[in-house]
Amino acid sequence: MAKTKKAKAIYIWDAVRSINGSVLHNLHEDIDSLLSGGKIYFFLLIMGFLMVYAAGMFGVSAVNMGYREAYGLTREAPWGLLISTYIFFVVTSTGLCIVSSIGHVFGVKQFMPIATRAVFVSIVTIFAGFSVMLFDLDEPFHMIYSIITPNLSSNIWWMGALYGAYLVFMILEFIFLLLKRHKPAAYSGLTALIFGISAHSNLGAVFGMLHGRDFWYGPYMPIYFIASAIMSGCAAIVIFTWLGYKINNEKIDKQMEKALQSVGKLAALMIAILIFFEIWKVITGLVGSEDKRLAIFSMLNGRYAFNFLVIEILIGMIIPFIILIKTRFMNMNKLFYASILMIIGIFFMRYDLVMVGQVVPVLHGINVEEFSGLVSYAPTIYEIAISIGGLGIAIIAFLFGEKVFKGPFKGHKFGIHPLDEVWK
Amino acid sequence: MITRMERREFLKLGLTITGVSVGGGFLSVVSNFKKVFASTEEYRKKYPYKPHYTMLIRQNRCIDCGECMKACVKTNNVPGYGYRTTILERYEKNAIGSKREFIPMLCMQCNNPPCVRACPVEATYKDKKTGIVRMHYEKCIGCKTCMEACPYDARYFNDERHAIDKCDFCFDTRLSKGMKLPACAEACPTKARVFGDLSNPNDEVFRIVHQMQKAVWVLRPEVGTKPNVFYTTSDREVSDEK
Ligand code: SF4
Ligand code: SF4
Repeated sequence: MAKTKKAKAIYIWDAVRSINGSVLHNLHEDIDSLLSGGKIYFFLLIMGFLMVYAAGMFGVSAVNMGYREAYGLTREAPWGLLISTYIFFVVTSTGLCIVSSIGHVFGVKQFMPIATRAVFVSIVTIFAGFSVMLFDLDEPFHMIYSIITPNLSSNIWWMGALYGAYLVFMILEFIFLLLKRHKPAAYSGLTALIFGISAHSNLGAVFGMLHGRDFWYGPYMPIYFIASAIMSGCAAIVIFTWLGYKINNEKIDKQMEKALQSVGKLAALMIAILIFFEIWKVITGLVGSEDKRLAIFSMLNGRYAFNFLVIEILIGMIIPFIILIKTRFMNMNKLFYASILMIIGIFFMRYDLVMVGQVVPVLHGINVEEFSGLVSYAPTIYEIAISIGGLGIAIIAFLFGEKVFKGPFKGHKFGIHPLDEVWK
Repeated sequence: MITRMERREFLKLGLTITGVSVGGGFLSVVSNFKKVFASTEEYRKKYPYKPHYTMLIRQNRCIDCGECMKACVKTNNVPGYGYRTTILERYEKNAIGSKREFIPMLCMQCNNPPCVRACPVEATYKDKKTGIVRMHYEKCIGCKTCMEACPYDARYFNDERHAIDKCDFCFDTRLSKGMKLPACAEACPTKARVFGDLSNPNDEVFRIVHQMQKAVWVLRPEVGTKPNVFYTTSDREVSDEK
């Protein structure tokens, strides 16, 4: 007993020392490196701070004036841009976790170089998501009651609990990766993956289990959420890796290029799958109840048609798919542009998902005057600013991460670790 | 094919139509009663609320005077931007005779409430004694999931309370203080809202809900929430009001 305790203590001491050694080697150096960088670095950094600053201003005044005044939400559509943005971020985080696990949890070599950065960005994006979410909750401190009087039949409860566990294991995994302790890293990664996927399918179920809302109800949502998360994760990892090399003024090396190509291929596969999801969503919806048909029509020729057909499908899926196939995944810049388009498309995918589900009032079917029309919603400047602030947080954290964890991200300092031993 | 209007006339005539969906949202509950609630006995065993508060709305009596809403606002401090109860209006230009009808709406105090299932912190709950779906205002985090979950649009966010607010049959403001009726039922000049107790076989609501001659229905039965607010029509000539 005493022995294991001692061993543990030594282990922890080792860990601290090696974090000190490898990462926080010299505080001065780190601060210097935070303040040094090329044009792109500073441009993004300033943009990030401006975004967060604006979001802070708008966020504080939204709190002061009350969310009802500040946000465009209504009784019929109580979820809006902030919830969509939150979902966007956590979807991306889960996707990054899944994509990173292919390499360092499941041992697929081509995916290994991207792992550390993917894990880091995954932590960053989920924080960004939570920050945005905070501005949607009127009384975030009451969340203490999710521990005192938990409702175990609530999907939101499970989502929160599982995302909490997910975050803990992602952070552990990241620390182990920095420590080059690949075995515990892989195990934490696996645990995080399990929690992440469960959390994420629960988020899908938050929608899928609302049986008063035809557009969402059914087992489709949890599955769709996982599939789209992988696409999100692929796009995000390409974007952040590309940017990482850009701001450090380095050329993407062969190994990383191979890794990104594999990610690109996975992205293309996911696009193909998701297009089938979308097609079947539309076709099944068209033969469904009147409420569901109305919702689907709003996506095909109503107020969400541009979002859905042009941004989500054309810009977010078809064009990137063509770019990926045409360049045979070889051209890193094109891969980056395709990923940007994909991410934009995915953002609208979230927004459409949330808003189209609320477009038909729940009492539409009883044919009363009050609910004969569709529900309209437009985000206010407060909601837009806070959502952009989430992006700002992600950008700043990512940039600082690039500077502080420069070595591990490239996989140079630690080498491209053959994790085979983990699976022996 | 029976058109919507004809079907509605059917109901108005008091004919028993089983499982017919009128206007997409109504379902006669009469001979479906057993199906919906298993058998009466079993139902009462399964939902052991005592009293089992319920409301019967005699829909054609509603004249949209708004007295119920006024009384509700006053009693429960409902702000101008929200409502706990409201009157919806249906207009059928092809209807024979009167072309309008008014549908009083409130929380259905569902026996199978999706709002309660959705709430992560048990801020909204089904009262074990009375079956009323109530709020622990101090617990609500404002996630609004219950608003999404409610198939009847019965909930709104109350800024002053920093919590969701909804109809509780005036439990907090009246019933718990010994009063017999919710404010709306008391205020209604035409007695369109009959408040009652389904656990009491002598109660007027119990008798109407369990008879077979006249249609009684609930809103959106397809969602399976098992509402405790029932709708029926009443003969204006018969003046058997309490
Ligand atoms: S009507 Fe809505 S708020 Fe009332 S119990 Fe049913 S689901 Fe809950
Ligand atoms: S808004 Fe309040 S009552 Fe409704 S689900 Fe969230 S915490 Fe529960």
